[in-house]
Amino acid sequence: MGNVGDRAQLREIIEKTIQKIFAGDRRTAGRLITGLEDREEWCKEVMKRLYPRAGHAMTIGLTGAGGSGKSSLLNHLIQRFRQMGKSLGVIAVDPSSPFSGGAFLGDRIRIQHHTRDDGVFIRSMASRGYLGGLARATTEVLHVMEAMGFETIMVETLGAGQDEIDIIRLVQTCLLVITPSMGDEIQALKAGIMEIGDIFVLNKSDLDGATKAIRSIEAALSLKPFNKGEWRPRIVSTVAASGEGIDDLMEGILAHQDYVHNNDAMERAAFQRVEQEVGLIFRDELERVIFKGLNGSGEKRRYIQSIIDGKSDPYKVVEEIMETFLKKR
Amino acid sequence: MAEQKKIKVVISKVGLDGHDRGAKVISSLLKEAGMEVVYLGLYQMPEDIIRAAIDEDADVIGVSCLSNQHFVFVPKIIDEMKKNGLDDVLFIVGGVISPEDFPTLKEMGVDEIFVAGSLTKPIVEYIRSHIRR
Repeated sequence: MGNVGDRAQLREIIEKTIQKIFAGDRRTAGRLITGLEDREEWCKEVMKRLYPRAGHAMTIGLTGAGGSGKSSLLNHLIQRFRQMGKSLGVIAVDPSSPFSGGAFLGDRIRIQHHTRDDGVFIRSMASRGYLGGLARATTEVLHVMEAMGFETIMVETLGAGQDEIDIIRLVQTCLLVITPSMGDEIQALKAGIMEIGDIFVLNKSDLDGATKAIRSIEAALSLKPFNKGEWRPRIVSTVAASGEGIDDLMEGILAHQDYVHNNDAMERAAFQRVEQEVGLIFRDELERVIFKGLNGSGEKRRYIQSIIDGKSDPYKVVEEIMETFLKKR
Repeated sequence: MAEQKKIKVVISKVGLDGHDRGAKVISSLLKEAGMEVVYLGLYQMPEDIIRAAIDEDADVIGVSCLSNQHFVFVPKIIDEMKKNGLDDVLFIVGGVISPEDFPTLKEMGVDEIFVAGSLTKPIVEYIRSHIRR
C-alpha cells in the first residue's frame, strides 16, 4: 500500500464495508469474516469502528465432546429464539487438519430449518490450529454479527475435551453438553471443562446411564462451595433427536440470563471477555511487529539455525530479540 | 501477519436425491488438499445453497446430482447466483451426467463438470487454477 491512490482506495473499501455491515449486508459480512480469518490488515480498521456496537447481544455458548449433540441442540434453540422474535447470529467452529490445513465443516447439516431465514446468519469457522476450542477470529466474528444488529448470538465450539474452555470468557451463558457415557464421578470432579457449564445439558438422556450421569454431576456440584446468591449450575436432560427437554433448556437459559443481568456477573463477564481479547490482539501484534522485521532480514532463520546448531537456546534468543526490539523503540 | 488464504468450498446435494457418497468423498479429498469445506448434506434447494455460499463466503460451489434432474436445478442455481452477485464464485457440478449435456450446462454458466469416476487430482488442480479471487 505504498502510494496515495492505493491508500485512498483502501479507505473507501473500509468505509463501504462499515456502512454495509451496519445495514446488515450478508455478502459484505461474509467477506469481512474471511478477511478476519486470514488476518488481513484492513480488517483491523473496520473492527475499530465496529467495536462500539459490540457487547450488546445476548450471547450463548455450546461446548462439549464431539458427537454429544451440540449442533442438533443448536437447531432447536434457534427455532425457539426465532419464535420469541429474536434475530440470531450463529458461529459454529470445527477443527482444521493438522496435516493438510483443510477442514470439513459439518455443523450446518444439523441446522437445516433456518437456512433461508433472513433473521438467522450462520457462519462455520475452521479452528486453523488455534487452541481453546474456538478459532482465532471467533471473538471478532461475534462483534461483526452484533454490529449487523443480531440480538442473540450462539457460539458452538469444536468438539471439546477437557481443557478447551475459551468459550467461558466469550459468552454470558455457557451450556456444557454431555452424554450418559461421559464417565463416572471422577470425571465430573475434574477441573477444566466440567467447571464451565452454567447449565449442564445431559443430551441423549434416553440412553442407559443417564441417571448415573446426573448423580455424578450432582455429587461433584455438591462439593463445590457457592457464595450466597451465586448461580448454581442447573442440570437439564434432553433428547435432541426428538426435541424432549428443550422447553426446560430454554427456561434454564433465560433464568441464567436473568441472573447475569441482575448481578455483577455481567460486568465480570465483560471484563473477562475484554481481558482475553486484549491479550490476544497484543500477542498477535507483538509477534507481527517483531517477526515482520526479522523475517525480512533473514534474522529469524539465523536465530532458529543457531539454536539447532547448539550455539544458542530459545530463551537466549527471545531475550536478545526483546532487547533489540525495545531499544529500537 | 496475514495468513495464507484458504480456499472455501460449499459442497451440497440438491433436491430429492439420497446418493451422497460422492459428495462426501469429494469433500474429504478437498479437505486433504488443504481447503475448507462446508458440507450441506442432502435435500438442499438452490436457495439453501446460495444462502450458505453467501454467509460462508465461498470461493467454490460444488453440487452433486445423481437424480438426472440437473436441467431442473442448475438453471435455478445459476439464476440465484446472478441475482446475488456471485459472479466471482466458481460453480462445479458432479454426479451422473451424460456427456452430451455438458455443452448445454456450460452454456448455462456451469464452470466445469466432474462426473462419477473422475480422478481427484484434476479436480483439485482445476479449483486451484480457476479460483476467481
